[in-house]
Amino acid sequence: MPVHHTFHNELEKLNQKLLTMVAMVEDRVRKAVTVIETHDEELVKSIIRSDYQIDDMEVEIEEDCLKIMALHQPVASDLRFLITVIKVNNEIERIGDMAVNIAKRVDVISQSTSVMKGAFDYSEMSEHVITMLKMSLDALVHRDAAMARQIFLIEDKVNTLRNQAYDAVVKMLSLYPEHPGCMINNYLLARHLERIADRATNIAEEVIYLVEGEIVRLR
Amino acid sequence: MSGKEEILSEVTTKALHKERETVGSPFVENPRMTCREVNVYYGDKKAINNVNIDIARNEVIAMIGPSGCGKSTFLRCLNRMNDTIEGCRVTGDLRLDGMDIHDKNVDVVPLRARVGMVFQKPNPFPKSIFDNVAYGPKIHGLAQNKAELDEIVERSLKKAGLWDEVKDRLTQPGTGLSGGQQQRLCIARAIAVSPEVILMDEPCSALDPIATARIEELIAELRQHYSIVIVTHSMQQAARVSQRTAYFHLGDLIEVGMTDRVFTNPRHQLTEDYITGRFG
Ligand SMILES: Nc1ncnc2c1ncn2[C@@H]1O[C@H](COP(=O)(O)OP(=O)(O)OP(=O)(O)O)[C@@H](O)[C@H]1O
Ligand SMILES: [Mg+2]
Repeated sequence: MPVHHTFHNELEKLNQKLLTMVAMVEDRVRKAVTVIETHDEELVKSIIRSDYQIDDMEVEIEEDCLKIMALHQPVASDLRFLITVIKVNNEIERIGDMAVNIAKRVDVISQSTSVMKGAFDYSEMSEHVITMLKMSLDALVHRDAAMARQIFLIEDKVNTLRNQAYDAVVKMLSLYPEHPGCMINNYLLARHLERIADRATNIAEEVIYLVEGEIVRLR
Repeated sequence: MSGKEEILSEVTTKALHKERETVGSPFVENPRMTCREVNVYYGDKKAINNVNIDIARNEVIAMIGPSGCGKSTFLRCLNRMNDTIEGCRVTGDLRLDGMDIHDKNVDVVPLRARVGMVFQKPNPFPKSIFDNVAYGPKIHGLAQNKAELDEIVERSLKKAGLWDEVKDRLTQPGTGLSGGQQQRLCIARAIAVSPEVILMDEPCSALDPIATARIEELIAELRQHYSIVIVTHSMQQAARVSQRTAYFHLGDLIEVGMTDRVFTNPRHQLTEDYITGRFG
């Protein structure tokens, strides 16, 4: 069996690209949760503007995967790695979209004249979501299935906080019915945060598959 | 336990096996052949070390491993071809349908008809296409008359997927066929004596991709009637044609498992390293 230097170089290059993309998306989500609190207009704009970078990267990574599959017909852990990259790549791109969505919601909320526009506190939920994302990405980078499993515990907390956000918004709507758009956008923030948590969970499932070769689904 | 707790309570670090004991599923129910504690020596040198494995009915089992790991040596144990090699000694218990193939009463000529062999290089006899296939049935007395012999030859060539290409030139020399046709002729020759097992040692390594694809299709069809043990250096070929894969390393049988599993999630580090090309 010849040692495929080119093949393994290709895999390493792909891994580096994935790490770059991982760093990019983590940065976007951190900025997104920041603007939920600060409503910083410049930062909101820069999140929305820079989304194309992640989109371009996603396409590039997917093309690399397809090329490596066709040319090298990988097996075993190499095959699992490529499958994982294809799936995680997609999750990361969608997480990037969520960061943009959050920025758009913040943009609408900050322009609202409602006196209650800042009445919701998403800091705890944001913190959990950032933790889940960071853990899922670290688990991916270090191929750590044990860490990936820990993520599933945090997910429940996020779901609970999302439900609380819903109740809070419903209550506010009845008390201050004059700005429904602002309220709904506030609820959507919780939805977007929850979707990021979902996708972090998906990444964790992929990490377990990558490391152990077993397909797990937690929902 | 809920699904979540179950997943969390699982062993969290699943390390690959590293010992030299066979991992996976070497044994099957109702086997065609059984091999127990098989050792092979060339003089003082041990080439096969305590191998235990079954060959199932109607299965294609691929034997893979680095050059010199003992694939061909082990394959030759299955029809006592090692008897023909000077200084080669086989110990252990090998059975075909429960019959000890080393029993004093076993004659190797019929044994090698029941466990036929196809070699790396197509090796038709320097005879006509017809005689290449008819030779075995003749010496084994499988045909009472010319009509029966004709029938066996036609049936064997059909099963080997060669009939349509050669039916109008059966009297021409087998050596005049293309490489891929010659290999199918050799398969027809093995089939003609009604084998139960067919051993193939890198049967496609001298063939182009088209001829290889034909042989691989043929292997899939032959599986309906026979057990096939194929040695191959091509991971893709092993993956395409076999249901089980056995990985050998320096005379040890390291891992045996369902081929789809071995190629997506091997259990042994050595198998993983070999099939992903990270060997050594
Ligand atoms: N006739 C022989 N005399 C002495 N040693 C032999 C003989 N045939 C094989 N060997 C040795 O036995 C070991 C196994 O050889 P074998 O031919 O079975 O390997 P293999 O897995 O089929 O290799 P390859 O993939 O190169 O065909 C090797 O170390 C080889 O050198
Ligand atoms: Mg060999």
